[in-house]
Amino acid sequence: MTQIATRLASDPRAQRARVRRVLLNRAMMVAAAAALILAVATLCWVLGTLIARGGGALSWRLLTELPNPPGIPGGGLAHAIAGTLLLTGAALCLGVPTGIAAGIWLAEFGQGSRIAYAVRFLADVLMGVPSIVIGVFVYGLLVAPLGSFSGLAGAVALALLMLPIVTRTTEEMLRAVPVTLREAALACGCPPWIMILRVSVRAALPGILTGVLLAIARVGGETAPLLFTSLNTPYWSFDPLAPIGTLNVTLFNYAMSPYRDWQQLAWAAALCITLAVLALTIAARTLRRKRP
Amino acid sequence: MALTAADEPKIRVQNLDFYYGERQALRANNLEIAKNRITALIGPSGCGKSTHIRTYNRMYDLYPGHRATGAVLLDGADILDSRAIDGISLRSRVGMVFQKPTPFPMSIRENVAFGPKLLGVRGSELEDRIVAAIKAAALWEEVQDRLDASGLSLSGGQQQRLCIARALAVEPEVLLMDEPASALDPIATTRIEELIHDMAGRYTVVIVTHNMQQAARVSDYTAFFYMGEIIEHGPTNQIFTSPAEKRTEDYITGRFG
Repeated sequence: MTQIATRLASDPRAQRARVRRVLLNRAMMVAAAAALILAVATLCWVLGTLIARGGGALSWRLLTELPNPPGIPGGGLAHAIAGTLLLTGAALCLGVPTGIAAGIWLAEFGQGSRIAYAVRFLADVLMGVPSIVIGVFVYGLLVAPLGSFSGLAGAVALALLMLPIVTRTTEEMLRAVPVTLREAALACGCPPWIMILRVSVRAALPGILTGVLLAIARVGGETAPLLFTSLNTPYWSFDPLAPIGTLNVTLFNYAMSPYRDWQQLAWAAALCITLAVLALTIAARTLRRKRP
Repeated sequence: MALTAADEPKIRVQNLDFYYGERQALRANNLEIAKNRITALIGPSGCGKSTHIRTYNRMYDLYPGHRATGAVLLDGADILDSRAIDGISLRSRVGMVFQKPTPFPMSIRENVAFGPKLLGVRGSELEDRIVAAIKAAALWEEVQDRLDASGLSLSGGQQQRLCIARALAVEPEVLLMDEPASALDPIATTRIEELIHDMAGRYTVVIVTHNMQQAARVSDYTAFFYMGEIIEHGPTNQIFTSPAEKRTEDYITGRFG
Protein backbone atom coordinates (compact mmCIF):
# COMPACT_ATOMS: atom_id res chain seq x y z
CA MET A 1 0.00 0.00 0.00
CA THR A 2 2.62 2.52 1.12
CA GLN A 3 4.95 1.31 -1.61
CA ILE A 4 2.38 2.01 -4.30
CA ALA A 5 1.66 5.41 -2.76
CA THR A 6 5.37 6.33 -2.73
CA ARG A 7 5.81 5.18 -6.31
CA LEU A 8 2.78 7.18 -7.45
CA ALA A 9 4.04 10.25 -5.64
CA SER A 10 7.43 10.00 -7.31
CA ASP A 11 6.21 9.23 -10.83
CA PRO A 12 5.90 12.60 -12.65
CA ARG A 13 3.20 11.29 -15.02
CA ALA A 14 1.01 10.10 -12.17
CA GLN A 15 1.74 13.38 -10.43
CA ARG A 16 0.47 15.41 -13.40
CA ALA A 17 -2.66 13.25 -13.73
CA ARG A 18 -3.36 13.74 -10.05
CA VAL A 19 -3.03 17.51 -10.31
CA ARG A 20 -5.39 17.49 -13.27
CA ARG A 21 -7.99 15.46 -11.39
CA VAL A 22 -7.79 17.76 -8.39
CA LEU A 23 -8.19 20.86 -10.56
CA LEU A 24 -11.07 19.33 -12.49
CA ASN A 25 -12.74 18.40 -9.22
CA ARG A 26 -12.39 21.97 -7.93
CA ALA A 27 -13.75 23.46 -11.16
CA MET A 28 -16.80 21.17 -11.00
CA MET A 29 -17.39 22.06 -7.37
CA VAL A 30 -17.30 25.77 -8.20
CA ALA A 31 -19.68 25.32 -11.15
CA ALA A 32 -22.13 23.30 -9.05
CA ALA A 33 -21.97 25.83 -6.22
CA ALA A 34 -22.60 28.68 -8.68
CA ALA A 35 -25.67 26.91 -10.06
CA LEU A 36 -26.92 26.34 -6.53
CA ILE A 37 -26.44 29.99 -5.59
CA LEU A 38 -28.27 31.10 -8.75
CA ALA A 39 -31.26 28.87 -7.95
CA VAL A 40 -31.46 29.78 -4.27
CA ALA A 41 -30.80 33.46 -4.93
CA THR A 42 -33.73 33.64 -7.35
CA LEU A 43 -36.05 32.17 -4.75
CA CYS A 44 -34.70 34.53 -2.07
CA TRP A 45 -35.09 37.46 -4.42
CA VAL A 46 -38.74 36.63 -5.11
CA LEU A 47 -39.47 36.06 -1.43
CA GLY A 48 -37.51 39.16 -0.42
CA THR A 49 -39.33 41.41 -2.89
CA LEU A 50 -42.70 40.01 -1.82
CA ILE A 51 -41.93 40.55 1.85
CA ALA A 52 -40.54 44.04 1.25
CA ARG A 53 -43.47 45.17 -0.91
CA GLY A 54 -46.32 43.12 0.58
CA GLY A 55 -45.11 42.65 4.13
CA GLY A 56 -46.19 46.16 5.09
CA ALA A 57 -49.78 45.38 4.15
CA LEU A 58 -49.89 42.22 6.25
CA SER A 59 -52.09 43.13 9.16
CA TRP A 60 -55.14 42.06 11.08
CA ARG A 61 -57.13 44.37 8.79
CA LEU A 62 -56.04 42.39 5.74
CA LEU A 63 -57.59 39.25 7.17
CA THR A 64 -60.84 40.81 8.39
CA GLU A 65 -61.84 43.67 6.07
CA LEU A 66 -63.14 43.92 2.52
CA PRO A 67 -61.21 46.02 0.00
CA ASN A 68 -62.03 49.73 -0.16
CA PRO A 69 -63.03 51.51 -3.35
CA PRO A 70 -60.14 53.22 -5.14
CA GLY A 71 -58.93 56.36 -3.43
CA ILE A 72 -59.84 55.28 0.07
CA PRO A 73 -56.75 53.87 1.80
CA GLY A 74 -56.78 50.69 3.85
CA GLY A 75 -59.14 47.77 3.37
CA GLY A 76 -58.35 44.07 3.36
CA LEU A 77 -58.74 40.83 1.42
CA ALA A 78 -60.90 38.86 3.84
CA HIS A 79 -63.39 37.86 1.15
CA ALA A 80 -60.65 36.65 -1.20
CA ILE A 81 -58.86 34.61 1.47
CA ALA A 82 -62.16 32.99 2.43
CA GLY A 83 -62.98 32.48 -1.26
CA THR A 84 -59.66 30.78 -2.01
CA LEU A 85 -60.04 28.51 1.03
CA LEU A 86 -63.63 27.66 0.06
CA LEU A 87 -62.82 26.96 -3.58
CA THR A 88 -59.74 24.91 -2.78
CA GLY A 89 -61.65 23.02 -0.08
CA ALA A 90 -64.51 22.24 -2.45
CA ALA A 91 -62.07 21.19 -5.17
CA LEU A 92 -60.36 18.95 -2.61
CA CYS A 93 -63.65 17.25 -1.73
CA LEU A 94 -64.37 16.62 -5.41
CA GLY A 95 -60.93 15.79 -6.74
CA VAL A 96 -59.14 13.90 -3.97
CA PRO A 97 -61.55 11.00 -3.29
CA THR A 98 -62.05 10.48 -7.02
CA GLY A 99 -58.31 10.65 -7.67
CA ILE A 100 -57.39 8.26 -4.86
CA ALA A 101 -60.07 5.80 -5.92
CA ALA A 102 -58.88 5.94 -9.53
CA GLY A 103 -55.26 5.49 -8.39
CA ILE A 104 -56.19 2.45 -6.30
CA TRP A 105 -58.01 0.95 -9.24
CA LEU A 106 -55.07 1.54 -11.58
CA ALA A 107 -52.51 0.07 -9.20
CA GLU A 108 -54.47 -2.84 -7.77
CA PHE A 109 -57.03 -3.98 -10.32
CA GLY A 110 -56.18 -2.52 -13.70
CA GLN A 111 -52.68 -4.04 -14.01
CA GLY A 112 -52.00 -4.67 -17.65
CA SER A 113 -55.57 -4.15 -18.87
CA ARG A 114 -56.35 -1.97 -21.87
CA ILE A 115 -58.70 0.26 -19.92
CA ALA A 116 -55.98 0.91 -17.34
CA TYR A 117 -53.56 1.79 -20.11
CA ALA A 118 -56.09 4.24 -21.56
CA VAL A 119 -56.91 5.78 -18.17
CA ARG A 120 -53.24 6.21 -17.34
CA PHE A 121 -52.56 7.81 -20.71
CA LEU A 122 -55.53 10.17 -20.41
CA ALA A 123 -54.52 11.15 -16.89
CA ASP A 124 -51.07 12.07 -18.21
CA VAL A 125 -52.63 14.07 -21.03
CA LEU A 126 -54.94 15.82 -18.58
CA MET A 127 -51.94 16.70 -16.44
CA GLY A 128 -50.32 18.37 -19.44
CA VAL A 129 -53.40 20.33 -20.55
CA PRO A 130 -52.86 24.06 -19.97
CA SER A 131 -55.01 25.17 -17.07
CA ILE A 132 -56.66 27.87 -19.14
CA VAL A 133 -58.08 25.16 -21.41
CA ILE A 134 -59.64 23.50 -18.37
CA GLY A 135 -61.13 26.92 -17.52
CA VAL A 136 -62.68 27.29 -20.95
CA PHE A 137 -63.93 23.69 -20.82
CA VAL A 138 -65.71 24.25 -17.49
CA TYR A 139 -67.05 27.56 -18.86
CA GLY A 140 -68.76 25.57 -21.58
CA LEU A 141 -69.78 22.82 -19.18
CA LEU A 142 -71.22 24.85 -16.31
CA VAL A 143 -70.99 28.62 -16.71
CA ALA A 144 -72.74 28.97 -20.08
CA PRO A 145 -75.59 26.51 -19.33
CA LEU A 146 -76.23 27.95 -15.84
CA GLY A 147 -75.97 31.49 -17.13
CA SER A 148 -73.58 32.73 -14.45
CA PHE A 149 -70.00 32.56 -13.33
CA SER A 150 -69.98 30.57 -10.12
CA GLY A 151 -67.90 29.23 -7.28
CA LEU A 152 -69.13 25.77 -8.20
CA ALA A 153 -67.62 26.08 -11.68
CA GLY A 154 -64.36 27.30 -10.13
CA ALA A 155 -64.24 24.33 -7.77
CA VAL A 156 -64.90 21.90 -10.62
CA ALA A 157 -62.11 23.46 -12.69
CA LEU A 158 -59.63 23.18 -9.81
CA ALA A 159 -60.79 19.61 -9.08
CA LEU A 160 -60.11 18.66 -12.71
CA LEU A 161 -56.59 20.04 -12.33
CA MET A 162 -56.04 18.07 -9.11
CA LEU A 163 -57.51 14.82 -10.38
CA PRO A 164 -54.65 13.54 -12.57
CA ILE A 165 -51.98 14.55 -10.04
CA VAL A 166 -53.72 12.70 -7.22
CA THR A 167 -54.53 9.69 -9.43
CA ARG A 168 -50.99 9.23 -10.68
CA THR A 169 -49.30 9.83 -7.32
CA THR A 170 -51.63 7.36 -5.64
CA GLU A 171 -50.90 4.79 -8.32
CA GLU A 172 -47.13 5.30 -8.16
CA MET A 173 -47.07 5.16 -4.37
CA LEU A 174 -49.15 1.97 -4.30
CA ARG A 175 -46.92 0.38 -6.91
CA ALA A 176 -43.91 1.14 -4.73
CA VAL A 177 -45.40 -1.01 -1.94
CA PRO A 178 -43.36 -4.25 -2.09
CA VAL A 179 -45.06 -7.35 -3.49
CA THR A 180 -43.83 -9.24 -0.43
CA LEU A 181 -45.94 -7.03 1.83
CA ARG A 182 -49.05 -7.80 -0.19
CA GLU A 183 -48.27 -11.51 -0.23
CA ALA A 184 -47.64 -11.42 3.51
CA ALA A 185 -51.09 -9.90 4.07
CA LEU A 186 -52.79 -12.45 1.83
CA ALA A 187 -50.82 -15.24 3.50
CA CYS A 188 -52.61 -14.36 6.75
CA GLY A 189 -55.86 -15.42 5.10
CA CYS A 190 -56.84 -11.88 4.21
CA PRO A 191 -59.32 -11.03 1.45
CA PRO A 192 -57.74 -8.82 -1.24
CA TRP A 193 -59.84 -5.72 -0.51
CA ILE A 194 -58.82 -5.70 3.15
CA MET A 195 -55.21 -6.20 2.08
CA ILE A 196 -55.49 -3.15 -0.20
CA LEU A 197 -57.12 -0.86 2.36
CA ARG A 198 -55.36 -1.95 5.53
CA VAL A 199 -51.89 -2.79 4.24
CA SER A 200 -51.15 -1.34 0.77
CA VAL A 201 -52.89 2.00 1.16
CA ARG A 202 -51.63 2.34 4.70
CA ALA A 203 -48.05 1.71 3.60
CA ALA A 204 -48.45 4.21 0.76
CA LEU A 205 -50.33 6.80 2.84
CA PRO A 206 -47.52 9.30 3.46
CA GLY A 207 -46.78 9.34 -0.26
CA ILE A 208 -50.44 9.71 -1.19
CA LEU A 209 -50.89 12.61 1.25
CA THR A 210 -47.77 14.24 -0.17
CA GLY A 211 -49.37 14.02 -3.60
CA VAL A 212 -52.56 15.60 -2.27
CA LEU A 213 -50.65 18.48 -0.67
CA LEU A 214 -48.66 19.07 -3.85
CA ALA A 215 -51.90 19.03 -5.85
CA ILE A 216 -53.35 21.69 -3.52
CA ALA A 217 -50.21 23.76 -3.84
CA ARG A 218 -50.41 23.42 -7.61
CA VAL A 219 -54.05 24.55 -7.94
CA GLY A 220 -53.65 27.12 -5.18
CA GLY A 221 -51.60 29.18 -7.58
CA GLU A 222 -53.93 28.84 -10.57
CA THR A 223 -55.56 32.00 -11.90
CA ALA A 224 -56.37 31.36 -15.54
CA PRO A 225 -59.08 28.71 -15.05
CA LEU A 226 -60.74 30.87 -12.40
CA LEU A 227 -61.06 33.83 -14.78
CA PHE A 228 -63.44 31.69 -16.83
CA THR A 229 -65.33 30.11 -13.96
CA SER A 230 -65.55 31.76 -10.56
CA LEU A 231 -64.62 35.21 -11.90
CA ASN A 232 -64.29 37.65 -9.00
CA THR A 233 -66.18 39.91 -6.63
CA PRO A 234 -65.02 42.41 -4.02
CA TYR A 235 -67.70 41.23 -1.56
CA TRP A 236 -68.34 38.22 0.61
CA SER A 237 -69.84 35.39 -1.40
CA PHE A 238 -71.13 32.10 -0.07
CA ASP A 239 -73.54 31.23 -2.84
CA PRO A 240 -72.04 28.37 -4.88
CA LEU A 241 -73.90 29.57 -7.96
CA ALA A 242 -72.59 33.14 -7.79
CA PRO A 243 -69.11 34.50 -8.60
CA ILE A 244 -66.65 34.31 -5.75
CA GLY A 245 -63.56 36.38 -5.00
CA THR A 246 -60.19 34.62 -4.76
CA LEU A 247 -56.68 35.80 -3.90
CA ASN A 248 -55.38 34.88 -7.32
CA VAL A 249 -57.92 36.72 -9.43
CA THR A 250 -57.89 39.68 -7.01
CA LEU A 251 -54.10 39.79 -7.36
CA PHE A 252 -54.47 39.73 -11.15
CA ASN A 253 -57.05 42.56 -11.18
CA TYR A 254 -55.46 44.79 -8.57
CA ALA A 255 -51.94 44.45 -9.90
CA MET A 256 -53.20 45.78 -13.26
CA SER A 257 -55.17 48.63 -11.68
CA PRO A 258 -53.78 52.17 -11.62
CA TYR A 259 -54.56 52.71 -7.93
CA ARG A 260 -51.74 52.63 -5.37
CA ASP A 261 -53.88 51.14 -2.58
CA TRP A 262 -55.06 48.32 -4.78
CA GLN A 263 -51.53 47.63 -5.99
CA GLN A 264 -50.51 47.43 -2.35
CA LEU A 265 -53.26 44.85 -1.74
CA ALA A 266 -52.05 42.90 -4.79
CA TRP A 267 -48.57 42.66 -3.24
CA ALA A 268 -50.16 41.44 -0.02
CA ALA A 269 -52.22 38.85 -1.94
CA ALA A 270 -49.07 37.66 -3.74
CA LEU A 271 -47.29 37.25 -0.42
CA CYS A 272 -50.24 35.32 1.07
CA ILE A 273 -50.38 32.88 -1.87
CA THR A 274 -46.62 32.35 -1.87
CA LEU A 275 -46.44 31.74 1.87
CA ALA A 276 -49.37 29.29 1.67
CA VAL A 277 -47.77 27.34 -1.18
CA LEU A 278 -44.42 27.36 0.62
CA ALA A 279 -46.06 26.05 3.79
CA LEU A 280 -47.83 23.27 1.85
CA THR A 281 -44.63 22.25 0.11
CA ILE A 282 -42.71 22.11 3.37
CA ALA A 283 -45.53 20.09 4.94
CA ALA A 284 -45.42 17.69 1.98
CA ARG A 285 -41.66 17.26 2.37
CA THR A 286 -41.90 16.60 6.08
CA LEU A 287 -44.67 14.08 5.57
CA ARG A 288 -42.63 12.32 2.93
CA ARG A 289 -39.89 11.59 5.41
CA LYS A 290 -42.23 10.31 8.07
CA ARG A 291 -42.30 6.58 8.67
CA PRO A 292 -45.78 5.12 8.34
CA MET B 1 -38.80 -43.44 0.55
CA ALA B 2 -41.20 -41.93 3.00
CA LEU B 3 -41.85 -41.10 6.59
CA THR B 4 -40.74 -43.19 9.52
CA ALA B 5 -43.39 -45.39 11.06
CA ALA B 6 -44.04 -43.03 13.97
CA ASP B 7 -45.08 -40.12 11.75
CA GLU B 8 -48.26 -39.55 9.82
CA PRO B 9 -48.45 -37.28 6.78
CA LYS B 10 -50.11 -33.86 7.04
CA ILE B 11 -49.57 -33.00 3.41
CA ARG B 12 -49.27 -35.42 0.50
CA VAL B 13 -47.95 -34.11 -2.77
CA GLN B 14 -48.81 -36.28 -5.74
CA ASN B 15 -47.38 -35.79 -9.19
CA LEU B 16 -47.15 -32.05 -8.87
CA ASP B 17 -46.15 -30.14 -12.00
CA PHE B 18 -45.87 -26.36 -12.02
CA TYR B 19 -45.71 -23.91 -14.90
CA TYR B 20 -44.78 -20.24 -15.12
CA GLY B 21 -46.56 -19.60 -18.38
CA GLU B 22 -44.79 -21.93 -20.81
CA ARG B 23 -41.84 -22.71 -18.58
CA GLN B 24 -42.15 -25.80 -16.45
CA ALA B 25 -40.64 -25.25 -13.01
CA LEU B 26 -41.62 -28.43 -11.18
CA ARG B 27 -41.70 -31.96 -12.56
CA ALA B 28 -43.64 -34.82 -11.03
CA ASN B 29 -43.00 -33.87 -7.41
CA ASN B 30 -44.04 -36.49 -4.88
CA LEU B 31 -43.57 -35.73 -1.23
CA GLU B 32 -45.03 -36.38 2.17
CA ILE B 33 -44.85 -33.76 4.90
CA ALA B 34 -44.97 -35.26 8.39
CA LYS B 35 -47.43 -33.85 10.89
CA ASN B 36 -45.86 -31.81 13.72
CA ARG B 37 -42.39 -32.23 12.28
CA ILE B 38 -39.96 -29.88 10.60
CA THR B 39 -39.29 -30.60 6.94
CA ALA B 40 -36.47 -28.78 5.16
CA LEU B 41 -36.34 -28.32 1.39
CA ILE B 42 -32.79 -27.89 0.14
CA GLY B 43 -31.21 -27.47 -3.28
CA PRO B 44 -29.41 -24.94 -5.44
CA SER B 45 -30.97 -21.58 -6.39
CA GLY B 46 -33.75 -21.79 -8.91
CA CYS B 47 -34.38 -25.49 -8.33
CA GLY B 48 -38.05 -24.98 -7.45
CA LYS B 49 -38.05 -25.14 -3.63
CA SER B 50 -39.94 -21.85 -3.22
CA THR B 51 -42.23 -22.63 -6.13
CA HIS B 52 -43.01 -25.94 -4.45
CA ILE B 53 -44.06 -24.53 -1.09
CA ARG B 54 -45.99 -21.70 -2.71
CA THR B 55 -48.42 -24.33 -3.96
CA TYR B 56 -49.20 -25.32 -0.34
CA ASN B 57 -51.04 -22.04 0.25
CA ARG B 58 -51.84 -21.46 -3.44
CA MET B 59 -49.91 -18.19 -3.39
CA TYR B 60 -49.25 -18.65 -7.10
CA ASP B 61 -52.98 -18.20 -7.67
CA LEU B 62 -52.52 -14.42 -7.54
CA TYR B 63 -50.56 -14.34 -10.75
CA PRO B 64 -52.03 -14.98 -14.15
CA GLY B 65 -50.21 -17.67 -16.12
CA HIS B 66 -48.98 -19.57 -13.08
CA ARG B 67 -50.57 -22.97 -12.80
CA ALA B 68 -50.14 -26.25 -11.04
CA THR B 69 -51.32 -29.72 -11.96
CA GLY B 70 -51.37 -32.90 -9.90
CA ALA B 71 -52.57 -32.91 -6.32
CA VAL B 72 -51.54 -31.46 -2.98
CA LEU B 73 -53.60 -33.13 -0.28
CA LEU B 74 -53.96 -31.34 3.03
CA ASP B 75 -55.55 -33.90 5.39
CA GLY B 76 -56.79 -35.61 2.26
CA ALA B 77 -58.41 -32.59 0.56
CA ASP B 78 -56.84 -31.34 -2.67
CA ILE B 79 -55.83 -27.72 -2.11
CA LEU B 80 -55.05 -27.12 -5.77
CA ASP B 81 -58.76 -27.45 -6.43
CA SER B 82 -60.30 -24.04 -5.77
CA ARG B 83 -63.75 -25.61 -5.59
CA ALA B 84 -62.65 -27.83 -2.73
CA ILE B 85 -61.17 -25.02 -0.66
CA ASP B 86 -61.05 -21.27 -1.26
CA GLY B 87 -57.76 -19.39 -1.04
CA ILE B 88 -58.73 -17.31 1.97
CA SER B 89 -59.64 -20.22 4.26
CA LEU B 90 -56.70 -22.23 2.93
CA ARG B 91 -54.29 -19.46 3.90
CA SER B 92 -55.68 -19.22 7.39
CA ARG B 93 -54.85 -22.94 7.76
CA VAL B 94 -51.44 -22.72 6.06
CA GLY B 95 -49.42 -19.71 7.21
CA MET B 96 -46.28 -18.35 5.61
CA VAL B 97 -43.14 -16.46 6.59
CA PHE B 98 -41.11 -14.86 3.83
CA GLN B 99 -37.44 -14.33 3.12
CA LYS B 100 -37.43 -10.63 3.91
CA PRO B 101 -39.17 -9.51 7.07
CA THR B 102 -42.52 -8.00 6.09
CA PRO B 103 -43.96 -6.17 9.08
CA PHE B 104 -47.09 -4.21 8.16
CA PRO B 105 -46.89 -0.43 8.64
CA MET B 106 -48.72 -0.55 11.96
CA SER B 107 -47.97 -1.21 15.62
CA ILE B 108 -46.50 -4.49 16.90
CA ARG B 109 -49.84 -5.34 18.50
CA GLU B 110 -51.83 -4.58 15.33
CA ASN B 111 -49.40 -6.66 13.28
CA VAL B 112 -50.02 -9.74 15.40
CA ALA B 113 -53.76 -9.00 15.70
CA PHE B 114 -54.14 -8.73 11.93
CA GLY B 115 -54.86 -12.40 11.20
CA PRO B 116 -57.01 -13.27 14.26
CA LYS B 117 -59.12 -10.13 13.74
CA LEU B 118 -59.95 -11.32 10.22
CA LEU B 119 -61.23 -14.54 11.77
CA GLY B 120 -63.48 -12.52 14.09
CA VAL B 121 -61.45 -13.01 17.30
CA ARG B 122 -62.12 -10.07 19.65
CA GLY B 123 -61.62 -8.78 23.17
CA SER B 124 -59.71 -10.73 25.80
CA GLU B 125 -59.41 -13.76 23.55
CA LEU B 126 -57.64 -11.59 20.98
CA GLU B 127 -55.35 -10.18 23.66
CA ASP B 128 -54.49 -13.71 24.84
CA ARG B 129 -53.71 -14.82 21.30
CA ILE B 130 -51.45 -11.84 20.70
CA VAL B 131 -49.45 -12.52 23.86
CA ALA B 132 -49.27 -16.26 23.17
CA ALA B 133 -48.11 -15.73 19.59
CA ILE B 134 -45.43 -13.20 20.54
CA LYS B 135 -44.20 -15.54 23.27
CA ALA B 136 -44.19 -18.49 20.88
CA ALA B 137 -42.04 -16.43 18.51
CA ALA B 138 -39.56 -15.72 21.34
CA LEU B 139 -40.11 -11.99 21.04
CA TRP B 140 -42.04 -11.25 24.23
CA GLU B 141 -39.07 -10.23 26.39
CA GLU B 142 -38.01 -7.61 23.87
CA VAL B 143 -41.35 -6.02 23.01
CA GLN B 144 -43.65 -6.46 26.02
CA ASP B 145 -43.18 -2.82 27.03
CA ARG B 146 -43.74 -1.36 23.59
CA LEU B 147 -46.52 -3.27 21.88
CA ASP B 148 -47.84 0.01 20.49
CA ALA B 149 -44.56 0.97 18.82
CA SER B 150 -44.38 0.63 15.03
CA GLY B 151 -43.46 -2.83 13.78
CA LEU B 152 -40.95 -1.09 11.53
CA SER B 153 -39.03 0.23 14.55
CA LEU B 154 -37.73 -3.28 15.34
CA SER B 155 -34.40 -4.69 14.15
CA GLY B 156 -34.35 -7.10 11.19
CA GLY B 157 -34.23 -10.22 13.34
CA GLN B 158 -36.98 -8.91 15.60
CA GLN B 159 -39.09 -8.01 12.56
CA GLN B 160 -38.76 -11.56 11.29
CA ARG B 161 -39.83 -12.98 14.66
CA LEU B 162 -42.73 -10.51 14.58
CA CYS B 163 -43.73 -11.99 11.22
CA ILE B 164 -43.51 -15.47 12.71
CA ALA B 165 -45.70 -14.30 15.61
CA ARG B 166 -48.15 -12.82 13.14
CA ALA B 167 -48.35 -16.09 11.25
CA LEU B 168 -48.70 -18.13 14.48
CA ALA B 169 -51.49 -15.87 15.78
CA VAL B 170 -53.75 -17.22 13.04
CA GLU B 171 -53.11 -20.67 14.62
CA PRO B 172 -52.32 -22.34 11.32
CA GLU B 173 -51.99 -26.10 10.98
CA VAL B 174 -48.97 -25.74 8.75
CA LEU B 175 -46.32 -23.02 8.71
CA LEU B 176 -44.33 -22.43 5.53
CA MET B 177 -41.01 -20.61 5.80
CA ASP B 178 -39.30 -19.41 2.66
CA GLU B 179 -35.64 -18.87 3.62
CA PRO B 180 -36.69 -17.13 6.82
CA ALA B 181 -33.15 -16.39 8.00
CA SER B 182 -31.30 -15.61 4.79
CA ALA B 183 -31.66 -11.83 5.19
CA LEU B 184 -30.52 -11.85 8.83
CA ASP B 185 -27.22 -11.62 10.65
CA PRO B 186 -25.74 -14.75 12.31
CA ILE B 187 -27.05 -14.02 15.81
CA ALA B 188 -30.59 -13.33 14.58
CA THR B 189 -30.32 -16.46 12.43
CA THR B 190 -29.42 -18.57 15.46
CA ARG B 191 -32.46 -17.27 17.35
CA ILE B 192 -34.77 -18.07 14.44
CA GLU B 193 -33.25 -21.53 14.10
CA GLU B 194 -33.73 -22.26 17.80
CA LEU B 195 -37.28 -21.06 17.47
CA ILE B 196 -38.00 -23.35 14.51
CA HIS B 197 -36.36 -26.25 16.30
CA ASP B 198 -38.63 -25.69 19.31
CA MET B 199 -41.71 -25.73 17.10
CA ALA B 200 -41.32 -29.45 16.38
CA GLY B 201 -44.02 -31.43 18.09
CA ARG B 202 -46.47 -28.52 18.00
CA TYR B 203 -46.44 -27.30 14.41
CA THR B 204 -46.02 -28.78 10.99
CA VAL B 205 -43.26 -26.63 9.51
CA VAL B 206 -41.88 -26.66 5.98
CA ILE B 207 -38.73 -24.58 5.61
CA VAL B 208 -36.92 -23.71 2.41
CA THR B 209 -33.24 -23.05 2.90
CA HIS B 210 -30.02 -22.60 0.96
CA ASN B 211 -28.09 -23.33 4.05
CA MET B 212 -27.42 -27.02 4.52
CA GLN B 213 -26.12 -26.66 8.06
CA GLN B 214 -29.37 -24.95 8.87
CA ALA B 215 -31.38 -27.79 7.38
CA ALA B 216 -29.29 -30.31 9.32
CA ARG B 217 -29.70 -28.38 12.58
CA VAL B 218 -33.43 -27.68 12.56
CA SER B 219 -35.20 -30.32 10.53
CA ASP B 220 -36.52 -33.84 11.07
CA TYR B 221 -36.94 -34.54 7.37
CA THR B 222 -35.10 -33.19 4.35
CA ALA B 223 -36.03 -33.16 0.68
CA PHE B 224 -33.38 -32.42 -1.93
CA PHE B 225 -34.59 -30.53 -5.01
CA TYR B 226 -32.70 -30.30 -8.25
CA MET B 227 -33.95 -28.69 -11.45
CA GLY B 228 -37.59 -28.91 -10.45
CA GLU B 229 -37.44 -32.54 -9.36
CA ILE B 230 -37.31 -34.04 -5.91
CA ILE B 231 -34.21 -36.18 -6.05
CA GLU B 232 -34.37 -37.59 -2.59
CA HIS B 233 -36.47 -37.31 0.54
CA GLY B 234 -36.08 -38.87 3.96
CA PRO B 235 -35.11 -38.36 7.59
CA THR B 236 -32.56 -35.54 7.80
CA ASN B 237 -30.01 -37.79 9.46
CA GLN B 238 -30.09 -40.24 6.67
CA ILE B 239 -29.97 -37.61 3.87
CA PHE B 240 -26.90 -36.01 5.40
CA THR B 241 -25.04 -39.16 6.43
CA SER B 242 -25.90 -41.75 3.82
CA PRO B 243 -27.70 -40.25 0.83
CA ALA B 244 -28.93 -42.80 -1.66
CA GLU B 245 -28.38 -40.57 -4.69
CA LYS B 246 -25.07 -39.41 -6.07
CA ARG B 247 -26.43 -35.92 -6.83
CA THR B 248 -27.62 -35.48 -3.25
CA GLU B 249 -24.20 -36.42 -1.97
CA ASP B 250 -22.46 -34.10 -4.42
CA TYR B 251 -24.64 -31.20 -3.37
CA ILE B 252 -24.31 -31.86 0.34
CA THR B 253 -20.57 -32.17 0.14
CA GLY B 254 -20.41 -28.89 -1.75
CA ARG B 255 -19.39 -30.14 -5.21
CA PHE B 256 -22.05 -27.94 -6.79
CA GLY B 257 -24.78 -25.50 -5.81
